Amino acid sequence: MENKKVVMDADGIDRSLTRIAYEIIEKNKGVTELVLVGIRTGGVFLAERLQKKILKIEGVEIPMGILDITLYRDDLQKNPKKPLLGKTDIPFSLDNKKVILVDDVLFTGRTIRAAMDALIDFGRPKMIQLSVLIDRGHRELPIRADFVGKNLPSSLWEAVAVHLTEKTGTDEVVIEGTV
Amino acid sequence: MKLILTGGRVVDPSLNIDAVLDISIEDGKIAGIGPDIPKEPAKSRKGMQTNVKTIHLGGMIVVPGLIDMHVHLREPGFEYKETIETGSRAAAAGGFTSVACMPNTNPVNDSRSITEFIKKKAALCGLVNVYPIAAVSIGSAGTNLTDFRDLRDAGAVGFSDDGKPVANSALMRRALEYASSISLPVISHCEDTLLSAGGVMNEGFAATELGLQGIPAIAEDVMTVRDIMIAAYTGAAVHIAHVSTAGSVDIIREAKKRGIRVTAETAPHYFTLTEESLREYDTFYKVNPPLRTKEDVAAVKEGLRDDTIDVIASDHAPHAATDKEVEFDLASSGMVGLETSLALSLSLVSDGVLTLPQLIQKMSAWPAKVLNIPKGTLRIGADADITVIDTKKTWTVDRMQFRSRSRNSPFHGRQMTGRAILTIKGGKITYSDNQDNT
Amino acid sequence: MKLAKKDLLGIQDLSVEEINLILDTAESFIEVSTREIKKVPTLRGKTIINLFLEASTRTRTSFEIAGKRLSADTINISSSTSSIVKGETLIDTAKNLEAMNPDVVVIRHSAAGAPHILAKAVKQAVINAGDGSHEHPTQALLDLMTIRSKKGKIDGLKVAICGDIAHSRVARSNIYALTKMGASVAVAGPATMMPRYIERMGVQAYSKLEEAIIDADIVMMLRIQLERQNEHIFPSLREYATYFGLNRKNISLAKKDVLVMHPGPVNRGVELAPDIADAPFSVILDQVTNGVAVRMALLYLLTGGN
Repeated sequence: MENKKVVMDADGIDRSLTRIAYEIIEKNKGVTELVLVGIRTGGVFLAERLQKKILKIEGVEIPMGILDITLYRDDLQKNPKKPLLGKTDIPFSLDNKKVILVDDVLFTGRTIRAAMDALIDFGRPKMIQLSVLIDRGHRELPIRADFVGKNLPSSLWEAVAVHLTEKTGTDEVVIEGTV
Repeated sequence: MKLILTGGRVVDPSLNIDAVLDISIEDGKIAGIGPDIPKEPAKSRKGMQTNVKTIHLGGMIVVPGLIDMHVHLREPGFEYKETIETGSRAAAAGGFTSVACMPNTNPVNDSRSITEFIKKKAALCGLVNVYPIAAVSIGSAGTNLTDFRDLRDAGAVGFSDDGKPVANSALMRRALEYASSISLPVISHCEDTLLSAGGVMNEGFAATELGLQGIPAIAEDVMTVRDIMIAAYTGAAVHIAHVSTAGSVDIIREAKKRGIRVTAETAPHYFTLTEESLREYDTFYKVNPPLRTKEDVAAVKEGLRDDTIDVIASDHAPHAATDKEVEFDLASSGMVGLETSLALSLSLVSDGVLTLPQLIQKMSAWPAKVLNIPKGTLRIGADADITVIDTKKTWTVDRMQFRSRSRNSPFHGRQMTGRAILTIKGGKITYSDNQDNT
Repeated sequence: MKLAKKDLLGIQDLSVEEINLILDTAESFIEVSTREIKKVPTLRGKTIINLFLEASTRTRTSFEIAGKRLSADTINISSSTSSIVKGETLIDTAKNLEAMNPDVVVIRHSAAGAPHILAKAVKQAVINAGDGSHEHPTQALLDLMTIRSKKGKIDGLKVAICGDIAHSRVARSNIYALTKMGASVAVAGPATMMPRYIERMGVQAYSKLEEAIIDADIVMMLRIQLERQNEHIFPSLREYATYFGLNRKNISLAKKDVLVMHPGPVNRGVELAPDIADAPFSVILDQVTNGVAVRMALLYLLTGGN
């Protein structure tokens, strides 16, 4: 039987992002050398929102890039269907920057591993920090987020989906699962 | 030993016969043909020894032994492709009792010793009458005539540089004149090799799309015209081999109308397949002349129907895998045909292009006439060369079952209707699909 | 997404959707080649054999760079002699390569259809890098990509392809590619360079260069192969350059924002006047750049996942 449960609504998402924006500024003692890199596709919209929030708080528009991790995935050989390749657009140097890597859901950690490998191919950041809206657990690699919107213990059989207005028209986080 | 074929429908255009008749064979000759040949005593059917063997052929077609006047037996020189023995077995299984083999062996059959060698090997094998065609020019090099009279005396029944044209028009003129004086045909491979240079398939839309160099129809047509003009001028006879184009059919038709001594043959693939077959770059479809367009196929059929084309000959051209498993440009030309020729030709009858007697004529009496050999008839006293055909039998071509040494048939897997079920050469059964008869 | 086929043998076999997939993927790959570290780990552990049985520098280099930027191991087998010279059939060559278990075989061959024969004989993906006068699919794809990125579209454009159409695999692949994508194609060249029934491929054929160029958005000039003079398809280079070469004068018949393309290498002063090759409307070097991206895209799309 299929069921769908809303675990975070639009206000919840916005509040979390506001908090994360403050946390980023606080942890990095300002925005100097800070850059945002959103992971395609969900992470991109969240990175854009964080960029706006930080601008509002600090009055500075920090650089933002887009990263497509497809070419770094570790499951390409196993997957009979080729993931559609998106464009990577990081129009600035990462050397000596503090990179805030942004994604929607942190799950096994494999996407983040791929993203970090990709970032390091772009240069030598001073530091990489990870910001996610949802951490649903079940890590397969030793990876931990620095900024988390909501910890959401989930079952492996469930799917956690982050819907954002930029893509689907609504802001909500849902658990969909067949149990 | 006496052999009686009873109950079959005898079709012999040379005798103008198409009726259910019995045929008796004695000492390798046709001893009798008629409705009232005395039957063997009933007791012999129980397997008792008798010197009379009767084969009941109800529903079968009995025709004069088929003749394929254009085959390549490859021996001497290319025994890895075919030998006289394997080619003979293929011929017998295909319903043929006589074949004429082209001289492009190695060495080329341009001398008495090669012609005698072929005759001797064929006789040793004994499955089919093999009539060597000798080369027009020494080494088929197109420079000097071979010893026509000497070759005739050795057993050659015609002359051809097949595989290549006789490019030198003066040489062709002299060849026709000289051959005509000894009543032997010159069989012309019509190709202007400058026009066809580099070509590997018909020059048409398929070649345009496939990016393969084309052989234009005119490469064949201009040589057909030339040879016919020479024949007209000299009064000599010429036989045009493997006609593949509408243009050549028209030219030959017109020449015959004018009384020029020209005969012509085509091969089953030229009335069965088109250039479209090459779409997959399958080298089994590479032949020379190349498979043409559907308009050419229609013209060839019309030429067969109105007797512009006298003869069907397979141009049986065995090639080993190594000759074919290569780039299309580099692959050898030709396909095996002896074991599929009859079935493909019978489709002309089922398609209404020819009547059965017309078809049999083009595969027996007329090739015999072109080659001037005493074959292609069931006349009393003639050699008992007989082919029995089941025109309704359906079968699937399996190239691995070929008697030929080579397997290069594009018809592999194709469903066919009609085949020889019994082949008798000189009163001896050379092929039977029924073990009891052999 | 994945191409619905094992091999890339020709544009003729591709659907519009597949062409768009390849072009979209290739566009994403452009960026990789602009990085400081121009290498991604995507095809790590994969082996690509570049079997070049016909002389070629730029296509082979482009494929090699594409493979290496994807971290594949690329092995080049170059030989201008055909396999038959060594007494080995193409099928033998194919089976030997297959036994070494590569993931992709890229083949360039002077004989049309050689990649098709190879593809039937091996289980690995085969990419046609140009077969005789038949097809050169990666060239057409990089041309489409160049046109699309410069013009923003392909549909509705008028493209003139000029030169020895009969012997050109670039012409054939581009005719298939451009007509599939909605462009109208005119071909021009002396009658001796026009293959029979070319119009049936959906193009307008002209024996006068100027007629094909009028109002063209794209003029694609083909390389004239000098050795073809022996086949009597053109009288002299001088005559060819005069009547079928692109120059300042006849290019003015095309649209103002015309792009000039050439698959290279250019015979300067023959099919292209020297100043045309270097003019701002010449996108010949963009074609080369896009070539690497297109080949990366194909290697990506045709490997992995069983």
